[in-house]
Amino acid sequence: MSAKPGWRTLTRGGVITKPRSSREFLTGDWRTKKPILQESKCTNCLFCWLWCPEPAILRGPKTVSFDYNYCKGCGICSVECPVHAITMVEEA
Amino acid sequence: MVTLKELQVEELLGPGHRLCMGCGAGIIARMTLKALTRPAIVVNATGCLEVATTIYPYTAWGVPWVHGLFENNSAIASGIETIVKANNGGKMDRDVIVFGGDGATFDIGLQALSGAFERRHDFVYVCYDNEAYMNTGIQRSGATPEGAWTTTTPVGAASPGKVGPKKDLIAIGVAHHIDYAATASTAYWSDFITKMQKAAAVEGPALIHAISPCPLGWRFPTDQTIQMGRLAVQTRYFPLYEVERGKYKLSVNPHPKPLDDFIKMQGRFKHLFQPQYADELNALRREVEQRWNALQELCQGKTPTW
Amino acid sequence: MSKMQKPELVAMTGSEAVAKAVIQSNVDFISAYPITPQTIIVERLSDLVATGETKSKFINVESEHSALSACVGASLAGGRVFTATSSQGLALMHEVLYLTSGLRCPIVMAVANRALSAPINIHGDHSDMMGSRDCGWIQLYAENGQEAYDWVIQAYAIAEDERVSLPFTVNMDGYVVTHSVEPIALIEDSVVGKFLPTRHPQIKLDNQNPITFGALALPDFYSEFKRQQEEAMRMTPEVFTEVTKDFTQLTGRHYDRMVPYELEDAKVGIVSLGSVSGTVRWVAKNLRKKGLPVGALKISLYRPFPHEEVSKLLENLDVLVVLERSLSPGSHCGPLASDIVCSLYNRSEQPRVLDVVAGLGGRDLSPESIEQIYRTGLEATKTTGLEMEFVGVRE
Repeated sequence: MSAKPGWRTLTRGGVITKPRSSREFLTGDWRTKKPILQESKCTNCLFCWLWCPEPAILRGPKTVSFDYNYCKGCGICSVECPVHAITMVEEA
Repeated sequence: MVTLKELQVEELLGPGHRLCMGCGAGIIARMTLKALTRPAIVVNATGCLEVATTIYPYTAWGVPWVHGLFENNSAIASGIETIVKANNGGKMDRDVIVFGGDGATFDIGLQALSGAFERRHDFVYVCYDNEAYMNTGIQRSGATPEGAWTTTTPVGAASPGKVGPKKDLIAIGVAHHIDYAATASTAYWSDFITKMQKAAAVEGPALIHAISPCPLGWRFPTDQTIQMGRLAVQTRYFPLYEVERGKYKLSVNPHPKPLDDFIKMQGRFKHLFQPQYADELNALRREVEQRWNALQELCQGKTPTW
Repeated sequence: MSKMQKPELVAMTGSEAVAKAVIQSNVDFISAYPITPQTIIVERLSDLVATGETKSKFINVESEHSALSACVGASLAGGRVFTATSSQGLALMHEVLYLTSGLRCPIVMAVANRALSAPINIHGDHSDMMGSRDCGWIQLYAENGQEAYDWVIQAYAIAEDERVSLPFTVNMDGYVVTHSVEPIALIEDSVVGKFLPTRHPQIKLDNQNPITFGALALPDFYSEFKRQQEEAMRMTPEVFTEVTKDFTQLTGRHYDRMVPYELEDAKVGIVSLGSVSGTVRWVAKNLRKKGLPVGALKISLYRPFPHEEVSKLLENLDVLVVLERSLSPGSHCGPLASDIVCSLYNRSEQPRVLDVVAGLGGRDLSPESIEQIYRTGLEATKTTGLEMEFVGVRE
């Protein structure tokens, strides 16, 4: 039985004092398809990063990469990539 | 004009929220926060964006954030803005951003919006318009377009979907003589960022009306969200324009694609292609055409009639 | 006491006194919407803000729902906040009342108690506040202008105490308290300033510490937050006692959660809220001179209700009359009587309770009618039981 905190220890009035605490909630298990990047094609244009609703795409020095902990597999990145560097594959 | 690389890396709306896959609202909120150059305080009405991002004990927000009720985001913002100004010698040293869906903005929260505009509070109201009360399960709102299926304007022998055009939110803002009001689509990212920055720079109220394609409510595949936002503009369904101190200016003048390219991709309009709903399909086409023509007249400084 | 000077007595209406108290309390933000009979409060506040002598900011909003909502925003941004309303306005902001207490904003609001429409009636009764009595606010009923003035000041001290952190209504009978001119003993600005230091909340909207307010609490969390609110209500009497004690030291005026009058050997007692309590005491005093064993109890703090103390004071009466200035249609008794009877339930001694509904819609509760109520009580047979009746209502 998970021990959820009682009223004495919970924050007053339901405030959440830790910014971006949702990082503890991994939405990656929502997806049925997974984006795979062909790094050699990536031009680092950043459109996928801009348009990811989560965001589950990380900026890197040469290319982007995916944060599969959160990626819900919507596929926007794959459709919008101007050089078709991203393919959606069925999750195993 | 800012480049994508210049946009801040820090995610002020972080992952782990429960917005649907491919949600247009999440993209709007993320891009809004990326556009801002000052710290932001966010006031969020009840709706998809609010509920999915703040389920206790998790919050996806990295900025001070408050959710009050459904219809009072503009009023809450008025109180915050007054205190921020009072603490800073009468000036704003940060941006107050108010998010509301179309339900919260066009309908239940219109009064509070009007009051906040009239009092000239310094804030940016960002309406993410997915054209229905999506959070409660796709019910029609004052922003639902002609002919759209929703659960409260279902399609049947006696009903072709929602009857009547959507309200003109920008006109409502302009009627209050606010300095800046603009439509936006995340698909046109540079226009979106520029407009958000212009809105934030206004010393007074500003309004951004952003189209928020909804895969679940509009019934399209989750990977088409940006494409929907693009087609909406290209088919003149959702024209991109801005109004600066009453002067209308078109932002994007697309070589128009047929409206059908947009509506045939969405399950909520599917029924319109059946012969018995031909009148309703024409009503939608007329609505879009009249909206576009009226906008042209406004851009030329004329007053449209209908 | 060397601290206290002879108080400066100024003739002012209850509304003007409240406005003065608000400004003296160094309120940062006021937002209000006009409604009779609260209007003088907001007009007076506008005047005082317009002089430029105060740092309070006043915004004129487009409805009461927005008035309290703007107050919530300002309170969360760290300000000390005030608003005032009445009747329809209070009813309109009903959902915001729950928002305020749920978010634990220590806002002080003056309510000019007035009947609720329909029919529309602009005069005093308690149906407005009673209609929202479960909203989680601390609720205090002022008997007169002096109390209203003193209570606005003390309300901030109680509300902002970290053990409480609840919003607070100061109720004042519409027209009778808001509009009557009385001599008010004012406290000096600097003395109020020392009594009420600037508000410095730890938890607020602050870019250095980004906090999320108003999250969704699913069934696995909601109850715990409500329990927290109840705890704050339970802590309130302790804070109330501390604050009123400090206040007495400054002003010489004593405040308690309820005020008994000649109840020790009374056979018949009248319990009341608000301005009629003064009339009741005056009538009781005169009847006592005639040897009649009558007493009175004024309830000042209605929420949290002082159950223990009230039941001890009333249990030995033969007949207890509750003067009810509101109605809970279809109920066996009105709201005040239900709280009183609830208090008495655990006692072995139970007076007979007559719940007298009177004074609705501003109908005057004259000394003669109060005397008549006492006499009815004295003639009533001592049995147990609870009855409700309308008094002074034409058949």
